Amino acid sequence: MANNLGLAVKPVTETPVEEVERVAAWINTEEYKEKNFARTSLVINPAHACQPLGAELAAHGFEGSLPFVHGSQGCASYYRSTMNRHFREPAPAVSDSMTEDGAVFGGQNNLHEALENAYALYKPKMMPIFTSCMPEIIGDDLTAFIKNAKNKGCVPQDFPLPYANTPSFNGSHVHGYDAMLLSILQTLTEGKAVEGRCTGKLNLIAGFDANTGNYREYKRILKEFGIPYTLLADISETFDSPLDGHYRIYPGGTKLDDAADSINGKATIALGSYSTAKTFTWLKDTYSGKHVSMPMPFGIAKTDAFLMKISDLFGKPVPESLKAERGRAVDLMTDAHQYIHGKKFAVYGDPDYLLGYVSFLLEMGAVPYHILCSKGTKKLEKEIQALLDGSMYGKEGKIYINKDLWHLRSLVMTDPVDAMIGETHGKFAARDAKIPLFRFGFPIFDRVNLHRVPLIGYQGVLNMLATICNKFIEITDETCDDRHFEMMR
Amino acid sequence: MSKKIDGITKESTQEMIDNALEIYPDKAKKKRVPHLAPNEGEGACVKSNRKTIPGVMSARGCAYAGAKGVVWGPIRDMVHVSHGPVGCGYYSWGTRRNLMSGINGVNQFAMQFTSDFQEKDIVYGGDKKLKTLLQEAKDLFPLAKGISVLSECPVGLIGDDINSVAKASAKELDIPIIPCNCEGFRGVSQSLGHHISNDTIRDYIIETREFPEPIGPYDIALIGEYNIGGDAWSTKPLLEECGFNVKSVWTGDGEMDKIAATHQVKLNVIHCYRSMNYMCKVMEEKYGIPWIELNFFGPTKIRNSLRKLAELFDDNIKEKVEAVIAKYDPLMQAVIDEYKPRLDGKKVMLYVGGLRPRHTVNAYEDLGMAVVGSGYEFAHGDDYERTSPEMPEATVIYDDITEYEFEQFADTLKPDLIGSGIKEKYLFQKMGIPFRQMHSWDYSGPYHGYLGFPTFARDVDMAINSPTWNLVKSPF
Repeated sequence: MANNLGLAVKPVTETPVEEVERVAAWINTEEYKEKNFARTSLVINPAHACQPLGAELAAHGFEGSLPFVHGSQGCASYYRSTMNRHFREPAPAVSDSMTEDGAVFGGQNNLHEALENAYALYKPKMMPIFTSCMPEIIGDDLTAFIKNAKNKGCVPQDFPLPYANTPSFNGSHVHGYDAMLLSILQTLTEGKAVEGRCTGKLNLIAGFDANTGNYREYKRILKEFGIPYTLLADISETFDSPLDGHYRIYPGGTKLDDAADSINGKATIALGSYSTAKTFTWLKDTYSGKHVSMPMPFGIAKTDAFLMKISDLFGKPVPESLKAERGRAVDLMTDAHQYIHGKKFAVYGDPDYLLGYVSFLLEMGAVPYHILCSKGTKKLEKEIQALLDGSMYGKEGKIYINKDLWHLRSLVMTDPVDAMIGETHGKFAARDAKIPLFRFGFPIFDRVNLHRVPLIGYQGVLNMLATICNKFIEITDETCDDRHFEMMR
Repeated sequence: MSKKIDGITKESTQEMIDNALEIYPDKAKKKRVPHLAPNEGEGACVKSNRKTIPGVMSARGCAYAGAKGVVWGPIRDMVHVSHGPVGCGYYSWGTRRNLMSGINGVNQFAMQFTSDFQEKDIVYGGDKKLKTLLQEAKDLFPLAKGISVLSECPVGLIGDDINSVAKASAKELDIPIIPCNCEGFRGVSQSLGHHISNDTIRDYIIETREFPEPIGPYDIALIGEYNIGGDAWSTKPLLEECGFNVKSVWTGDGEMDKIAATHQVKLNVIHCYRSMNYMCKVMEEKYGIPWIELNFFGPTKIRNSLRKLAELFDDNIKEKVEAVIAKYDPLMQAVIDEYKPRLDGKKVMLYVGGLRPRHTVNAYEDLGMAVVGSGYEFAHGDDYERTSPEMPEATVIYDDITEYEFEQFADTLKPDLIGSGIKEKYLFQKMGIPFRQMHSWDYSGPYHGYLGFPTFARDVDMAINSPTWNLVKSPF
């Protein structure tokens, strides 16, 4: 008897236990690793999402802003859930629910109806529009659709509707963040440049970062400096609102007026060159004042550079309070170095975060050993290599670009490390390798409060270091024999 | 005998609905009206399975979500390829809590397999890539019993022919490869994804395997049980304790071979009717297998369900079922005795999918609580017909509720607990309303069966009576 597959009917079989054991051992071998690395088409456990997710994060970072997905409603539900799970906060966003007829006729009707409904129900001040797969493939003309929507009166003529093409078959969430942020800034600043006007402010672009603690830390640092600022795409209140019995749909975000006036800033720093590349390219020709693109301030050296840049741009010395903070961070580094020195790490994640992990580890005399980015570029590889080359602890580090977490599993099983740094999805590999996973990236689905713990700046050094070293000490306590179970560590 | 809630009348519910709809533009209001109604006690009170109105913040997912997340994903010994760009597979990776036995990457594949479409795949088509990746999956995961290919939006739009690729590769690799055309733009919700997946089980899986042992009179299959938080590890042993041989579970902790041989069983016991009634009906028509819809939430429904099931069998089963009920009743009573004093009279609103908006109603009632509003993300008329008799008189029934309406209703009804999804959870918690995720059991479970009820009761109590809620209002 045959079926639609043209296959013969077979008996139900159970895989013999010995066979399961054989394969379980085999997937940990060099032979398997080679086979695994020879893959050309199948991607297994990638550590990146698609562009619209990043676009939604940027869209959440502005006052009264309602992220708007032009595409299938399932996409919007996926992005929202991802935000909900990571932040354990609401993530209001709408979609225009395109379906089959949208594929035939295009999504204009859906877009128009959705704008009208969302505007009436959720009373936003801005709806940043970004696309999921469907409209990208059928080639919807958003420029025309939006112009028509305003002419039809779906929203008022002056209502900001920035839009970005964020195809999921290109780049990753960090690129979607960039595209959306660029469009938001272009829309809000249009016609706002005033010759000779200077806000006297620093525009600080945080880059794709889903750690609300980092945003608060930036603000604190700038307050210490006494420098007025506009933090762009500020998600710190959006995804960290108080629980007081009252639901606010738009609890925070960069004020639209401030964002509009950012074009007249005294200086602009764009952090995270991999998630702000396009935005920076545009603003350096458009914004007044000075423009700097620099890495996220992970670790001492990058934080030093960040503070010195601010000091330089504003002609203000780094405040004593921050100098003292630096001293405290270095104090911990020397106190704790013995628990981390020489330890090998597998690190993976978004390009800008990866650069941060690597420089932080090198500063501690730890070894970034397997360094993996599942969506990266040659430029990133070079940049990480330069960091490795600058330290004797970087000699053993090997970089894997466009490899996934199933590759990483092969790496940690065949060439072991002491710990992993990344986000939640690496937990399976970490468990198999019986090593701790330090969750510093995005998303974190399986621990509470970590999105509030800052990782950047000197405060971030304290947090990362304490987390890592105390875990290693705990492992010693848990695994040592009785004779070596000591009061002091 | 219909249940009543103090203060809830047909008029009060209708007024609440009218108020919530006031803000809508005319066209949208007209579309929403038929989806919201006071419970009439019988029949489907609301329209359902219609397109979501654009722009309203719906909780719905898509056909792909129904196929990958619900039906295919839980089959533990198959590689499930999310065919298309990286996102869909990424978001549905480990986010449903359909737990699985086995060794990850060896004989259990709770992982994210994707063809990670790039621009060139869109331009030139992804069929070649698919062929290669199927070979790679077979080579790297030799114990996989089969491979499902779950299409994401672009695949259908660019006109790839995954069916021919799957057919050719299945022959070449000598394993079942199931093409599932579940692109997210199809249909109006997850529901079509369930249907499409049922159809692919019908077309490619069922009847391709046979149990080597002879079939006995008590051989049954458990359908529409997804093992959320370990549910199947409660219901399957329960049915076994009642004297049945559960030959296969669809699809929680599922095994492909056993699912493929399910045409041999004597009875299909279905829990989630919405997502798998299709295959029950197919098996009934094609193989003459009867099916029965049961409810494993809360002692009252479990007891009724087991007796209803025993009715179809001989005295041997009837005696065992009575013995099981006699064994568990006192244990369940102890749970009720512990929690009911703290939960009596508390009000719940539900908004979930599948079967829960009706199946869990009585479990709350077992604890002395009342459900004052219920609705589904992706139900059809037959679900609402089954819901009306379960719900108290004139309580609000809502279909594909928008976040705005939900907020308005909660504001009016002031429930003590809301059971819904992750997208709703934090909104209501900010309002100070206790909440449990009732898709995923909020990282707890199981909730099914006798094993599940104590956990369910504890969680409901914990949510409602957590002292943290007393701190919401600051003293200053």
